[in-house]
Amino acid sequence: MQLRKSARNRTNMQAFCGTDGSPLQCSPVLIADIMAHSDSLVEISGVNFWYDKRRPILSGIDMAIPRGKVVSIMGISGSGKTTLLRLIGGALKPRQGQVKVAGKVMHELDREGLYQMRRRMGMLFQFGALFTDLSVFDNVAFQMREHTDLPETMIRDMVLMKLHAVGLRGAHRLLPSELSGGMARRVALARAIALDPMLIMYDEPFAGLDPISLGVIGNLIRRLNDALGATSIVVTHDVQESLKMVDYVYYLSDGVIVAKGTPKEMQASAEPLVHQFVYGEPDGPVPFQYPSADYREDLKLDA
Amino acid sequence: MFNRSAIVNVRSIGHHTVNGLWRLGYASRFFGLILLQSGTSFRRLRLIIRELYFTGVLSLIIVLVSGLFVGMVLGLQGYQTLQTYGSESALGVLVALSLVRELGPVVSALLFASRAGSAMTAEIGLMKATEQLSAMEMMAVDPIARVVAPRFWAGVISMPLLAAMFSAMGVFGGYLVGVVLIGVDEGSFWSQMQNAVDFREDIVNGVIKSFVFGVAVTWIALFEGYDAPPTAEGVSGATTRTVVTSSLAILGLDFVLTAFMFRGV
Repeated sequence: MQLRKSARNRTNMQAFCGTDGSPLQCSPVLIADIMAHSDSLVEISGVNFWYDKRRPILSGIDMAIPRGKVVSIMGISGSGKTTLLRLIGGALKPRQGQVKVAGKVMHELDREGLYQMRRRMGMLFQFGALFTDLSVFDNVAFQMREHTDLPETMIRDMVLMKLHAVGLRGAHRLLPSELSGGMARRVALARAIALDPMLIMYDEPFAGLDPISLGVIGNLIRRLNDALGATSIVVTHDVQESLKMVDYVYYLSDGVIVAKGTPKEMQASAEPLVHQFVYGEPDGPVPFQYPSADYREDLKLDA
Repeated sequence: MFNRSAIVNVRSIGHHTVNGLWRLGYASRFFGLILLQSGTSFRRLRLIIRELYFTGVLSLIIVLVSGLFVGMVLGLQGYQTLQTYGSESALGVLVALSLVRELGPVVSALLFASRAGSAMTAEIGLMKATEQLSAMEMMAVDPIARVVAPRFWAGVISMPLLAAMFSAMGVFGGYLVGVVLIGVDEGSFWSQMQNAVDFREDIVNGVIKSFVFGVAVTWIALFEGYDAPPTAEGVSGATTRTVVTSSLAILGLDFVLTAFMFRGV
């Protein structure tokens, strides 16, 4: 059913955009139109979140993540991106508003309901979060063994297929400590897609990677999303890599969505904050200097 | 000035008290959750068996060697004292009762806290710091059921066994020094020991003690790891707290248990 819907979305895209449905080749207006009318897998409405009421982390977040798309949530560190991901995964409950995934309000689910939902989600953590006492093979097999009664021979074939998809079938006997950062991230990606989830969430998937690994991970996120008919949310501040492969971008600053649009719209945005972020300018609305006293005063130059 | 400092002190005491109570409540809830989530561990025994190897089998060397030396020292010291009263034939009784009632459970629990307890805290703390526990949660696998409960039961099962082996090695150490080295009569060493050591009063009570210590040490170690701030400093602090708190808990509980078990003996 989900695959069919995803295929339908792709067909719609092709009808609008031509050959391969790549959003980068579509008119921004048409893309926005498609996004507005797509069946959303994740719907966030009026979400406020805080630990300390005087310092809100997220304020009035409204967001829709359409099925079959790769959507990026961008923003500088501390802007509330990871918190938003944790709200979608049901690890946190919003103080106000609601997060719906596949039509279910996450914070209203009981523990069993939440775990049922999470079985259909995959998450890639910032540094992989591989289980260090298990081999690469066992890491990928972990969820299959926990949640299914599949025979070990079938699990073996499935694990090798997932590892093959990320190019690491030959590394299945290694331990996480024997992997490079990029390899660990790819294994974590294979683990995240182990049970063919409907929603894959990526928390800073590009952090600390060399340019080659960065390109490989970016490419895998797009290809796996399309191959599995899944929906992906990529939380990142790596602008150049993510703009290459996402369909839509939400830009968060201080817990508020300050901009949204297709990658092309973001690149062309005149919004100073977005412009500074996209082009990596050192000074702008986000100041270079942390708020401090007068420089001359600190150096005691007046005396 | 004085008033302000007094207020700050009172506030600090209040803060520490509330914080302490909160942590105790949290730890009790954590203990309840472990018991509640233990079903998975018993349905999948290989999880417990794997942890038994890490907590029990790998602690064997330190426990056996320590037991041997403690027994040998008991043999030497006991012989010196008993000889004064011409009762050196009671050396076996002294060694066995000291070990089975007190030294076996207490010293092996202290060693267990330092060797296995600290390792458990560091492992769980690092799993938390590297988001492995969060990853498990996101995979719809309860970390308490999958990671914590098997370690808890492995600790509880291995502790009495380690204490028994410590005592056995200690008795052997006492025998080596008393009988083989010093020349105490072998027959009276063993026969007096057999007559004096009561199964219910001494051995069962010793096993109960080590079981209680096993629960306390493993609970403290797992809680400290689970509650550790996810930083290098946080994990190292939690590991230290495990050893200190477990050691104090063992000695305090030992007094309470001894008072109940042996008051009429």
